[in-house]
Amino acid sequence: MIMVKKSVYLDNSASTRVLDEVVSAMIPYFTEIYGNPSSLHSFGIKAKKALDDSRKIVANSINANPEEIIFTSGGTESDNIAVFGVAAARKDGRIITTKIEHPAIKNTVQKLKTQGFEVLFIDVDYEGFINIKQLEESINADTILVSIIHANNEIGTIQDIETIGNIIKTKNPNTYFHVDAVQSYMKLPIDVVSAKIDLLSIASHKIHGPKGVGALYIRNGVKLKSLQLGGSHEKNLRAGTENVPGIVGFAKAVELNLVDLEEYTKNLVFLRDRLIDGIEKRIPHVILNGPRGVSRNSNNVNISFKHIEGESILLYLDMQGIAVSTGSACSSTSLKPSHVLEAIGLPVEICHGSIRFTLSRYTTKEEIDYVLEVFPKIIAKLRALSPLNAN
Amino acid sequence: MVYSDTVMDHFKNPRNVGEIKDADGTGNVGNPMCGDMMTITIEVKDNVISDIKFKTFGCAAAIATSSMITELVKGLTIEDALKITKDDIVENLGGLPPIKLHCSNLAADALKKAIDDYREKLNK
Ligand SMILES: Cc1ncc(COP(=O)(O)O)c(C=O)c1O
Ligand SMILES: [Zn+2]
Repeated sequence: MIMVKKSVYLDNSASTRVLDEVVSAMIPYFTEIYGNPSSLHSFGIKAKKALDDSRKIVANSINANPEEIIFTSGGTESDNIAVFGVAAARKDGRIITTKIEHPAIKNTVQKLKTQGFEVLFIDVDYEGFINIKQLEESINADTILVSIIHANNEIGTIQDIETIGNIIKTKNPNTYFHVDAVQSYMKLPIDVVSAKIDLLSIASHKIHGPKGVGALYIRNGVKLKSLQLGGSHEKNLRAGTENVPGIVGFAKAVELNLVDLEEYTKNLVFLRDRLIDGIEKRIPHVILNGPRGVSRNSNNVNISFKHIEGESILLYLDMQGIAVSTGSACSSTSLKPSHVLEAIGLPVEICHGSIRFTLSRYTTKEEIDYVLEVFPKIIAKLRALSPLNAN
Repeated sequence: MVYSDTVMDHFKNPRNVGEIKDADGTGNVGNPMCGDMMTITIEVKDNVISDIKFKTFGCAAAIATSSMITELVKGLTIEDALKITKDDIVENLGGLPPIKLHCSNLAADALKKAIDDYREKLNK
C-alpha cells in the first residue's frame, strides 16, 4: 500500500475542488426547484428564473449581454459548437488557429480539414507566444474563423487577445474571432467587446464550479449552425433540457470568484513564483516552459527535468501525496511528446521529462514548501537510475 | 491505468541499479527520443551471470521490467539467461497494462546485447 503522508492537489488545470457555497447553492435545484425550465407551470418558471439569473451573472463577467450566452456541457462542447457551427454556417473557407491549442480545438479543425476547409496553424516562439505577423499575413478574404487559446493549458502562456482581435477585424471584418478562455476565465479579466471577440468558450469545473457545465458567448449577429437537433433550447443552438443545478453552481462559482479575484490572483502569483524559484534553486538541469511574469497564467508552472521521464516523476510525487500532470504519455507504441512542448521547440527527449503543476485558491504556502522539500530527493533518486545522467 | 503491486514494488525499490565497473558485457538499447533507454552491465564467472546492474530512462513499466530481469537472470548460466523472454518478465511482474506492454521490449534486448558483447570479448 502507498502511504500517503499528505494530500497536495496541484492539478487544478485538469479540474478543481468545488466551493462549499457552490454545492449549497445547487442542492435546492435537485430536490425543490427541479422543474424543466421550458415548462409553463410554477415549477418550470422557478427553474427558468434560475437559468436567467445565472445567464446574467456569466454575461456580466465578460461584458456581454445575457442573450449572448448559451450554456453547454463544458469547454469541449463550447469549442465544438463554435468551430463546427461557424464551419456549417459558412460552408467553406480558411480557418486559422495556433499550434498550441487544446485537443478540443486541435481535433475539431483537423476534422474540418478533411472536409475541405483550409486550416492554418500559426507558429509560436520558445515561450509560446504566437507569431502575430504570421497571423496578420494569413488572414485573407476567405478567412471565416480565427481561433486562439487565451491562456495555454500546458505552459500558461497568455496571448494578447486585444491586439489579436484588432488585427483580425482590421484585416477582415467578416472573420469571426473565437477565444478558448477555458484556462483564463476567472484568472484574467476578459472583455469581449474591447477584444472584439465573436465567440468565447468557458468551463465551470476549472473555476471551482461543478463538472459538465460550460458556456459559449456568441456575439449578437454571429451566424452559427447548430449541431445537435432537438428542442429549441439555448437559442436553437444546443438542444436538450438545461442542466439547471450545474448552471446555478457555475454562476455561483463566478460570483464567488469575483469577490476577491485580485487578492487571490496576487497570492497565486506569489505561490507560483515561490514554486518556480524553489525548484530552480534546489534542482539542477531544469527548464521552465512558458514565460515568466505577467504573461504567465497565475496558476501554472511547467518544468522539464532533464534525463528523466515524466510518468516516473508523477508516480513518485503521487506516493508523497502530491498530484501533478505530465506533458507526455507513454501509451500506444511510443512516447508521444506534447504538441505544445514540441511547438515551442523543446527537444523531444526533454519534453518527456516535463511536469505541470497547477495551483488554485486552495493551494497554501505550506503545500508549496512541502513540495519543495520532497521534490529534490525524488529527482535525485530518478536521476541515479538514468543512463543519461552520467554523460 | 493501474500497475500491479509487483510493478510498483520494483518501481519504488528497483533492484540492482547502477553500472558494473569494467563489466564483462555491456548492452545499450533504446534512445531518449523514444522515451525509453536502458543500459545493462554483467559480470560473468564460469559461464554464470554473477552480477548484473541496470540503468533506465523511462516510465514505471520500463523501470520495473529492467529491475525484474536483473533479478531473474542473476545466478543463471549464459544459456539459461538467454531463454528469458519478455513474456516471462511481464508474467513475473503480475502483468502490465496493455498499452505499456511495448515498454517491456527493451529489457530482454539489453540483456541479449550485454551477452553478445561478453561473447565477443571472449573470442578476441
Ligand atoms: C484550454 C482548454 N480548452 C478546452 C478544455 C475542455 O474543457 P472541458 O473539460 O470542460 O470539456 C480544456 C480542459 O482542460 C482546456 O484546458
Ligand atoms: Zn514506457
